[in-house]
Amino acid sequence: MIELLSQHPFIAALGSLALLGLAFGSLLGFAAVKFKTEGDPIADQVEALLPQTQCGQCGYPGCRPYAEAIAQGDAINKCPPGGETTINALADLLDVEALPLDAEEESVPSVAYIREDECIGCTKCIQACPVDAIVGAAKHMHTVVASECTGCDLCVEPCPVDCIDMIPLPTTVQNWSWELPPSAEEAITEDLIATDRGNSGEDSKDRDQAA
Amino acid sequence: MRKIWDIHGGVHPPENKTQSLQRGIENAGIPPVLVHPLSQHIGAPAAPIVEVGQSVLKGQMIAEAKGFVSVPVHAASSGTVSAIEHREIPHPSGLLAPCIVIDTDGKDEWIELDPVDDYTALEKADLLHRIRDCGIAGMGGAGFPSAVKLSTRDDAVIDTLIINGTECEPYITADDMLMRERADQIIAGIKILQHLIQPTEQTLIGVEDNKPEGIAALRQAAEDSNIEIVVFPTKYPSGGEKQLIQILTGREVPSGGLPADVGIVCQNIGTTVAIHRAVQFGEPLISRITTVTGEACSAPGNFEVLLGTPVDYLLKLGGFNQQQCLRLVMGGPMMGFTLKDTSVPVVKTTNCLLAPTTEELPPPPPAQACIRCGLCAEACPVSLLPQQMYWFARGKEYEKLEDHNLFDCIECGACSYACPSNIPLVQYYRASKAEIRKQQQEKVKSEHAKARFEARQLRIEREEAEKEARRKARQEAAKKKAAAGKDPIKAAQEKAAAPAVDPAQAAIEKAMAKRSGEAPQESSEETLARLQKAVETAEKRLESASAKLKEAEAADAPNLGALQTAHERMTEKLAKAKEELQQHQQVSSGASDTNDPAAAAIARAQAARASKEDKSPLEKAQEQVASLEKRLTKSEQKLAEAKESGSDTAEVLEQSTAKLREKLDAARAELAQISESEAPVAAAASTNDPAQLAIEKAMAAREAAAKLSPEDKARKALESLEARVEKTRAKLAEAEESGADTVEVLRDTLAKLEDKLAEARKDAGVEG
Repeated sequence: MIELLSQHPFIAALGSLALLGLAFGSLLGFAAVKFKTEGDPIADQVEALLPQTQCGQCGYPGCRPYAEAIAQGDAINKCPPGGETTINALADLLDVEALPLDAEEESVPSVAYIREDECIGCTKCIQACPVDAIVGAAKHMHTVVASECTGCDLCVEPCPVDCIDMIPLPTTVQNWSWELPPSAEEAITEDLIATDRGNSGEDSKDRDQAA
Repeated sequence: MRKIWDIHGGVHPPENKTQSLQRGIENAGIPPVLVHPLSQHIGAPAAPIVEVGQSVLKGQMIAEAKGFVSVPVHAASSGTVSAIEHREIPHPSGLLAPCIVIDTDGKDEWIELDPVDDYTALEKADLLHRIRDCGIAGMGGAGFPSAVKLSTRDDAVIDTLIINGTECEPYITADDMLMRERADQIIAGIKILQHLIQPTEQTLIGVEDNKPEGIAALRQAAEDSNIEIVVFPTKYPSGGEKQLIQILTGREVPSGGLPADVGIVCQNIGTTVAIHRAVQFGEPLISRITTVTGEACSAPGNFEVLLGTPVDYLLKLGGFNQQQCLRLVMGGPMMGFTLKDTSVPVVKTTNCLLAPTTEELPPPPPAQACIRCGLCAEACPVSLLPQQMYWFARGKEYEKLEDHNLFDCIECGACSYACPSNIPLVQYYRASKAEIRKQQQEKVKSEHAKARFEARQLRIEREEAEKEARRKARQEAAKKKAAAGKDPIKAAQEKAAAPAVDPAQAAIEKAMAKRSGEAPQESSEETLARLQKAVETAEKRLESASAKLKEAEAADAPNLGALQTAHERMTEKLAKAKEELQQHQQVSSGASDTNDPAAAAIARAQAARASKEDKSPLEKAQEQVASLEKRLTKSEQKLAEAKESGSDTAEVLEQSTAKLREKLDAARAELAQISESEAPVAAAASTNDPAQLAIEKAMAAREAAAKLSPEDKARKALESLEARVEKTRAKLAEAEESGADTVEVLRDTLAKLEDKLAEARKDAGVEG
């Protein structure tokens, strides 16, 4: 046997390679079974970044399904409540390019409000609410628990008497915050130095064409 | 001379303090209208406790504290509440916030006060309560409720009490004037704080060296006390709490920590006076000293002003010229903010109104690009990297900002002041801080929403499962009903087969009920009825089985063994059913809490024991008979085998079999005896219920038929049916004669049997 192998180094090489392959293959196979990850860790991470409004504006029934779809390779720019912040965070996480939002505009944070004297007590909005933020009983007036409302507006559609309004959250002294000042560079890109004045626009056009 | 430490960075802007130091503190008087915002402090806004139209006295509480970090609001003068509405308040946003508006009557009539003669006799909690009730919040600028700041944990040892008289911002002289004119009140206030805090080592007043007159006054007032006045070189921002602590003690307050973590409590000098007045005279915080200054004011100075006084009223006293002033600043030039409206009131934190001319404080020139000179890093008193943070803030890289300790920034503005490119650096940090806080809040909110969403999903799933279970149960019940309407033999067989399926299903149902915790539960009465029924049926079956057994024995039928085992099974079942019934009765009568698993288990065990003891002699006899029969059949089998194989044990076996037969006979005799004497079961058994017998016979016949060929089966079935019809007819006749109540049932049965007979005949005919 050894003689045969020493006389045919080619066969010996093939054999040893095959053996090695088998050994490592079985090792990997064992590891795959032994250390199998439960669930989808990427979907979990994605879900943690989504705003959990459960509004379905992305086309999926809730944030979890969209997170799973993103983990499977769906576009990351379908979440209007999350807006640019969420897209950037997702782009960071998945190491993909941040796309502009695939909707007309970011949805402003708002809460649903039921005009209570118009409510007929049909309970349709209660069934639609994904976070149980509407209280009421059949043939009794319903109302929204504002602190629990995510502003998903899923309750607006089913209301047969259109008595639900989405009211944008007002800015109060408590939630007001300073805005970022306009960037210095943005304000002065047009005239960086004196010699650029007057023809900077043309220059930039030329550069664009050249590019 | 004690050692003075230095802080990193700092800047030296022009002080501009002399303008407002020309005159002493003047009383601003009573304005026609007072506007009291409900939120003049850090924490939850106060809640109004007065109504529109109500007349209030000076010092009367008009809004109470809501929550721990909150302080009440008091009327600064007597008058009538004219409105409780949203008004412009001194806030950088220029937003409206709820305010209580008082039309003053000019009488300035005090409410009855509650002064304390000897505060040392008061408990710490009482003193703190008094300070809180007097609405005292930090008057240096932040407005943190003083009582909260002073309520240090009992286990935290405070060695140093520091009074902040630094007043490092340019233009502001309110604290300086306070020191000059009311040094004795400051010292009295500090003594109260000393009593409250019990500093173990020292009490220091930190004052910058640009206030020599104030320092002299303080030194004089503090002569006979253990209070030390520490003077250090002027530098902005030495007045920051953490900076002052570092200057005076060399200790650094850890990032994200409080001064109490390093054994220090720090209070503003103005707050000290307010505490003194609150404790010694019972006066709530209704006035403060505010500097009115700037070149647009012809008569700059310090005013003792009622809180709630509109800013324009106060400015008039300072000789304010609207034309000269480009923007009105509340606070100092470094950390103050521009007022959008002059109707806003003076609040607890208003230390200065700055009305500069355009030349004096020109609008900031447009920001240039950052040239990375590093001057901001040199100026930063907290040793941060402002330039780095600026880039991160612009790139919205909030994680990196936090890594660079953005939240340690005290927003002093030294970096912006030092920046040669005029970049409003501190604005970037303020905006980023707000954004990060917002994101944190959103994160919390989204977690909450997720939890609620998941809870809802779970609930919906559970409801579906329950619905499904109920639907299945209904289906099953319907099936059973339908089956009962068909062949009685089949129904009986199905019934017999049912218990085999039941336990598994019952277990599933039980588990589901446990999971949902609210599945419909059988009421006690229902259970009782069910168990009683089970016992009844078991008894009936047992009867029929014994009857059959007897018959078979009499006829020496070949299926004797099978019948015996069946009999045995029936006996067991009856025992079990009885046990269950007993147990349930015990549980429902004895234990009040049937849900308690332990109690139920005990009850079960007791019931089991009781049932064993209570086993009637009849049952015992039956059991004996059953076991004997079993043994007999076995020995008979063995005998047959032995005979076949011609073994020599045949004789012995024959003997033992004979013995067994004897025993069995004896046992049977006993059983018969007992059965006769035993009330319900025996009576039923001896009467040999004819209907039952019929069913049994039919079953036996079917069993026999199972072994036959289909043709034979059909024939047999036909025969048996004919026989049954005959019998039933006879019985019916009998019943009709005797007028028994079974007539109806028998008639039904007869009709059914005749139908079946006709069918069977048809079948046989087709086959034949």
